[in-house]
Amino acid sequence: MKQFIIFVKKEFRHIFRDRKSLLIIIMMPIVQIILFGFALTNEIKNSNIAVLDNAKDEASRAIIQRLDASRYFNVTRYLHASQDIEAAFKSGTVRLVVVFQPDFRESLMHSGKAQVQLIADASDPNTATTVTNYAGNIISDYQKEMSPQVQPPYSIRPEIRMLYNPQLKGAYNFVPGVMAMILILISAMMTSVAIVREKEINTMEVLLVSPLKPLLFILSKAIPYVFLSLVNVSTILLVSVTLLEVPINGSLLLLMGESFLFILTSVSLGLMISNLTKTQQEAQMFSLMTLMLPTLLLGGFMFPIESMPLPLQIISNIVPSKWFFLIVKDVMIKGLGFSAVWKESLVLVGMTLFLLAVSFKKFKTRLA
Amino acid sequence: MKETVIKAERLTKKFGDFTATNQISFEVEKGEIFGFLGANGAGKTTAMRMLCGLSIPSSGNATVAGYDVYKQTELIKQNIGYMSQKFSLYEDLTVKENIRFYAGIYGMGSAEIKTKMNALLQQLQMTAEENSLVGSLPLGWKQKLAFSVAILHEPKIVFLDEPTGGVDPVTRREFWNLIYEAAEKGITVFVTTHYMDEAEYCNRISIMVDGKIEALDTPHNLKTIFHASSMDEVFLQLARGAKRTAD
Repeated sequence: MKQFIIFVKKEFRHIFRDRKSLLIIIMMPIVQIILFGFALTNEIKNSNIAVLDNAKDEASRAIIQRLDASRYFNVTRYLHASQDIEAAFKSGTVRLVVVFQPDFRESLMHSGKAQVQLIADASDPNTATTVTNYAGNIISDYQKEMSPQVQPPYSIRPEIRMLYNPQLKGAYNFVPGVMAMILILISAMMTSVAIVREKEINTMEVLLVSPLKPLLFILSKAIPYVFLSLVNVSTILLVSVTLLEVPINGSLLLLMGESFLFILTSVSLGLMISNLTKTQQEAQMFSLMTLMLPTLLLGGFMFPIESMPLPLQIISNIVPSKWFFLIVKDVMIKGLGFSAVWKESLVLVGMTLFLLAVSFKKFKTRLA
Repeated sequence: MKETVIKAERLTKKFGDFTATNQISFEVEKGEIFGFLGANGAGKTTAMRMLCGLSIPSSGNATVAGYDVYKQTELIKQNIGYMSQKFSLYEDLTVKENIRFYAGIYGMGSAEIKTKMNALLQQLQMTAEENSLVGSLPLGWKQKLAFSVAILHEPKIVFLDEPTGGVDPVTRREFWNLIYEAAEKGITVFVTTHYMDEAEYCNRISIMVDGKIEALDTPHNLKTIFHASSMDEVFLQLARGAKRTAD
């Protein structure tokens, strides 16, 4: 036990003496959350749009005003002829052009068939779809207000409710994603680097000749990073709740417990990597390639897994982040209990046990 | 009566088709400084690793401090000290922190560590540097410190794997003074080297060529047998027949 405390103390010394790395470990989650929260958002806010108003009547002006007043759009240009439309897009300053037919109000009042054309810049297809949807909604809202009494017979009117995230905030999706990414990065990469470092500076040999038990060595290496990762989970949650207004709907205890489980999985991955690599650089590159990329691409938080080709969907099952991402979404956003995430948790437990077993086996053979 | 602390009988290690050490046999007595000489790749490090419990022999027998290298490696580990070829202290820890860490790993108590650490720092004249990072010390100091740390827990045997690589002759001499002091305290020293002047400092030496021990005796006797004026000549006569080239 005393050996263990001495070893853990030494590990903390290594970490605290390397101020730069420590700062990165502590600040990285905050920077990532802020980056994803404010810069890399996939919500559309304040898009510039142009208007070609051929009607210039009460109704068209009312709609333009509403578009401009919404938080999605700013009407920045008024076009005068249809030739101007292409020029407006080519200037690259507008995402959407709204065109009203002449006699817009007349047609609306009398024939009930007024036409508005929405022309979007689809070089970015996702944005184009989103802006046209937003604009379409604003226009139909106006129509409903104009003639609430008119109910066309037998019309099906879908009523849409966005559960768990009524404002469709991107943060609800990326906070769990960033958590998965940070934890796997800190726990796995740093643990592997810390172990490989002993090989590189040759202290490993001396430790192997000493009476120190391998299990103790591995535990002492992992503990500081487990601790730092828990600190990271807390900062991420704190920043999300205060700055991004993402609520923790489920049990905080369950969330922390699941995070702890995922940290253990990541640490075992780190152990595995430390067995496969010889230098710190190798360990770092290996971690980035085998952990970061799959987490980003197959973790489900950047790209939906359901729309991937089948082979990739199957591969995504071995990415631990995928399971953790699902768990965090269920617990934190949907507010579900353990009964909803026990399967995912079991997968993580299984992965951890498997990785630990393999790592210990490999570690022991190094002694022989 | 002399007490045997290391005993190797036809100790062999094979890596696939390659026989790193080929049936080597020798005995080392308590308090002896036993030199293990050989060109790079002759099998010195492999032999030493088997004795330290880092590597399991392919065949043959050996006991270290009375314990079997196959079954009792944990007991061996408690009774030996080890200093590796490359420098092996933590550069980002201070002198004191390094001493405390290694002493703690060997299960020494805090009070014992404190007394021994102070004595050690005085002996090495490093009391003024006790709170300096090891990375900031000159190489010679680091090496002396590493050796002192390796014997701080008073092992029966200390294994030194080319401990003086890259050190200037003056520091090397000082380093050997430390080795003599340790031997006087009854610690058996098992040292590999390829510096022939160091070989002269040993009580007995074995010379390995291509995984086999080709000669084993005191430096004086070896020089007589080979009609040589220095260990250098003895070694060259033996090594000329080597088939393995250094890596």
